[in-house]
Amino acid sequence: MSGRVLVGVKRVIDYAVKIRVKPDNTGVVTDGVKHSMNPFCEIAVEEAVKLKEKKLIKEVVAVSCGPQQAQETIRTALAMGADRGIHVEVSGKDYDTLGPLQVSKIMAALAKKEDAQLVILGKQAIDDDCNQTGQMTAALLDWPQGTFASEVAIEGDKVKVVREIDGGLETIRIKTPAVVTADLRLNTPRYATLPNIMKAKKKKIVNMKPADLGVDLTSRLEQLRVDEPPQRQAGVKVETVADLVGKLKETGRI
Amino acid sequence: MMLRKISQTSALCGTILRVAPVLSGGPRSAGVVVPNARLYASQAAEAVLDKPAAVGSDAATKVEQKTIATDSKSFAVNMFKGQIETAQVFPYPSALNQEQEQFLRELVGPVGKFFEEVNDPAKNDSLEKVEDHTMEGLKEMGAFGLQVPADLGGLGLSNTQYARLVEIVGVHDLGVGITLGAHQSIGFKGILLFGNPAQKEKYLPKLASGEHIAAFCLTEPASGSDAASIKTTAVLSPCGKYYTMNGSKIWISNGGLAEIFTVFAKTPMKDPKTGEMKDKITAFVVERSFGGVTHGPPEKKMGIKASNTAEVYFDNVRVPADCVLGEVGGGFKVAMNILNNGRFGMAAALSGTMKGVISKAVDHAANRTQFGNKIHNYGAIQEKVAHMAMLHYTTESMAYMVSGNMDSGATEFQIEAAISKIFASEAAWTVTDECIQIMGGMGFMKDSGVERVMRDLRIFRIFEGTNDILRLFVALNGFQNAGNQLKGLQKALKNPLGNAGMLAGELSKRAKRKAGLSTGLTLQGSVHPELAQSGDLTVKAIEQFGAVVEEMLIKHGKKIIDEQFVLKRVADCAIDLYAMVAVLSRASRSLSDGAASAQHEKILCDTWCKEAYGRITRDVQELRSSGTRQYFKNLRAISAAVVENGGVVSTHPLGF
Repeated sequence: MSGRVLVGVKRVIDYAVKIRVKPDNTGVVTDGVKHSMNPFCEIAVEEAVKLKEKKLIKEVVAVSCGPQQAQETIRTALAMGADRGIHVEVSGKDYDTLGPLQVSKIMAALAKKEDAQLVILGKQAIDDDCNQTGQMTAALLDWPQGTFASEVAIEGDKVKVVREIDGGLETIRIKTPAVVTADLRLNTPRYATLPNIMKAKKKKIVNMKPADLGVDLTSRLEQLRVDEPPQRQAGVKVETVADLVGKLKETGRI
Repeated sequence: MMLRKISQTSALCGTILRVAPVLSGGPRSAGVVVPNARLYASQAAEAVLDKPAAVGSDAATKVEQKTIATDSKSFAVNMFKGQIETAQVFPYPSALNQEQEQFLRELVGPVGKFFEEVNDPAKNDSLEKVEDHTMEGLKEMGAFGLQVPADLGGLGLSNTQYARLVEIVGVHDLGVGITLGAHQSIGFKGILLFGNPAQKEKYLPKLASGEHIAAFCLTEPASGSDAASIKTTAVLSPCGKYYTMNGSKIWISNGGLAEIFTVFAKTPMKDPKTGEMKDKITAFVVERSFGGVTHGPPEKKMGIKASNTAEVYFDNVRVPADCVLGEVGGGFKVAMNILNNGRFGMAAALSGTMKGVISKAVDHAANRTQFGNKIHNYGAIQEKVAHMAMLHYTTESMAYMVSGNMDSGATEFQIEAAISKIFASEAAWTVTDECIQIMGGMGFMKDSGVERVMRDLRIFRIFEGTNDILRLFVALNGFQNAGNQLKGLQKALKNPLGNAGMLAGELSKRAKRKAGLSTGLTLQGSVHPELAQSGDLTVKAIEQFGAVVEEMLIKHGKKIIDEQFVLKRVADCAIDLYAMVAVLSRASRSLSDGAASAQHEKILCDTWCKEAYGRITRDVQELRSSGTRQYFKNLRAISAAVVENGGVVSTHPLGF
């Protein structure tokens, strides 16, 4: 057992930012917009750091794929307690088409290269809401997966994962190495404190290209257009229940 | 009082600078403060004007002494002489190296997030304390040791980095801001600036982590703006090993929470020349654990309720002799420097406050429909929003100009720092007031969160030197420098042959001014060509200002120090001038760098300069006008009558 956990951290538009679609409908406006770490990735980092604090694992490695600014996200993970970072630089057109399949190829390659015992990812990112990277990574590695985790416990060479499923919880035990994706209730991520940010300056971030890992980023998806959600139309006020029923019938709702 | 010896008078220069950490000159002492302030201003100015080379001989540091050197690099000092010194203002200072900038970028996010997600300003306000978990979070965050060196457990931030972070605090919660500021901006700043290595090592690590909270204790019941009149005493034991401290301090921020106090007390000292015993002020680090240190209940206040304010009593406290901060008898130097070094932080915090309330106002203006239109389409609202944006832009420009100057090692920034405090506190008040006005009834409601900001803001015009006292400070400091220049001129006149060149220059300058011609001053080359017009206005304003300062000096001589009506107007001009230069410089940089908002900044700058120029011209005209004497006389007479009557004098229009 390597005792190493690989954690994916994605840089996304901050959750508090009001998203605006570009006038040409090719995507959303990202220039000059506040970005931060995907909240589910924060939960993943927190879980890994907790495992390390409990001395159940030895090292936490934070990985981010993206342009230069992705390093800021890795720095945040380092300030939260990750030991070192890997920045897989993807920019320009490649970055525009970077999706779950491409990222999972990178993660799988890194998991092997780093001899990881566990890969922890957020269950999904709040920008594209794909919810695929964890599953794809496990498939590419042919490792077991414990998705939507609300509890993670390492038991020797196995890991017990309590999964949030429709209508309840499912507890599974899977063999490591494995892939786990973090759900909302897994933990409450800590704040990166200023002294820890300062200490994180000394931690190393290795920079590499997808090609260094032998990963081809070609995408088979084509994005046609991006639109704002339709504006909600103004409603009508009705006086009585009878009126309401009448209106609903009129519009064919009942 | 006028007979005080120079050592005391010079100390009084400090008085003008003094910070009442809490509520100096509040209602209790309102009646006393005015005459006192006047005396102080007079004495300080007298010291200033009489003893230019020795201003605050014992009170001022070498730093302050440099201030009065004739070749000052300070823009503000020079504008009083009608000169332009661009070193500290053009180009707009950028004091961060790449690493500092990168580090700061990483800090900004988490601090903002903490204030958005953990801190609850409304709750803090209603509880009248910072919630416990928030306080703990702030400590873990490292917010209590921003400028403590890294090897002593702090973050070792520069002034500019510090300013950027307190700006975030200012956006969210000024009550928390004061808790943090009273701790590190004044509470233990003395240890940072004047502490010896042993003191730093002993105190700073626990202060940086927030395990110990600090407070700054200067103000006393009978000593507000008149800080030299403190009565707290510290008497050295016969063995010389400790001082016995007795007295009480009021309105002490963090007074009820602090473990470490920076206390100013009178110590009897023997004058080495005369052998006479007299009291001099000394700064001490006092630990609550020394025993005999107690505090009163938290004060009930108008605003910044979350911050603890209490009386602190010292009853026969045994303070070890190695707890003296700086030199024995050098307490004013310590106090003055602490305050001087902290003012920029207020401007930075308040620029954040303005940013926050402007967002609220604009959000309302953009969404509220009246008379069939969103209200931001109406001129009445547009004018308000425009002014709010300009006031914010100016304050922010000043704050980072001063912090940048300080970080690049400037030693003369006290006029600029005082201006930034006056300007920021008044701008923030206006901006918040207008925000409430734009929001109408909604703004008046507690839930909108703006009324709290308004209450919190009020104290900023009062504490850390009231704006009135600081205006006198700005004007008198300026007059002192201008006075020196005039003195040089007088000297030269006594030996016209030896100084022919200088005299010719000065004479032609005055002749040109009289004739309304340019004296050759220019900002060309410093100001971006697109801002040339505003640059010209600024130059014209400086010429007028320099001329009127000289006229006032010639007219009033040393008595200028008693002419507070004049001083106030001179200070107002000085504030507007510095503001013009700050925005000119910043907008120039944005234009040169091709910043995204450069054209917007150009409009802000041009509009601000036009308005400021108008105000300066009016003030200058008023100072020169022959009718002004009567006007000031009237003001004096009205005030005297009202005071005499114990209220308004005029009979009721109904007769009863």
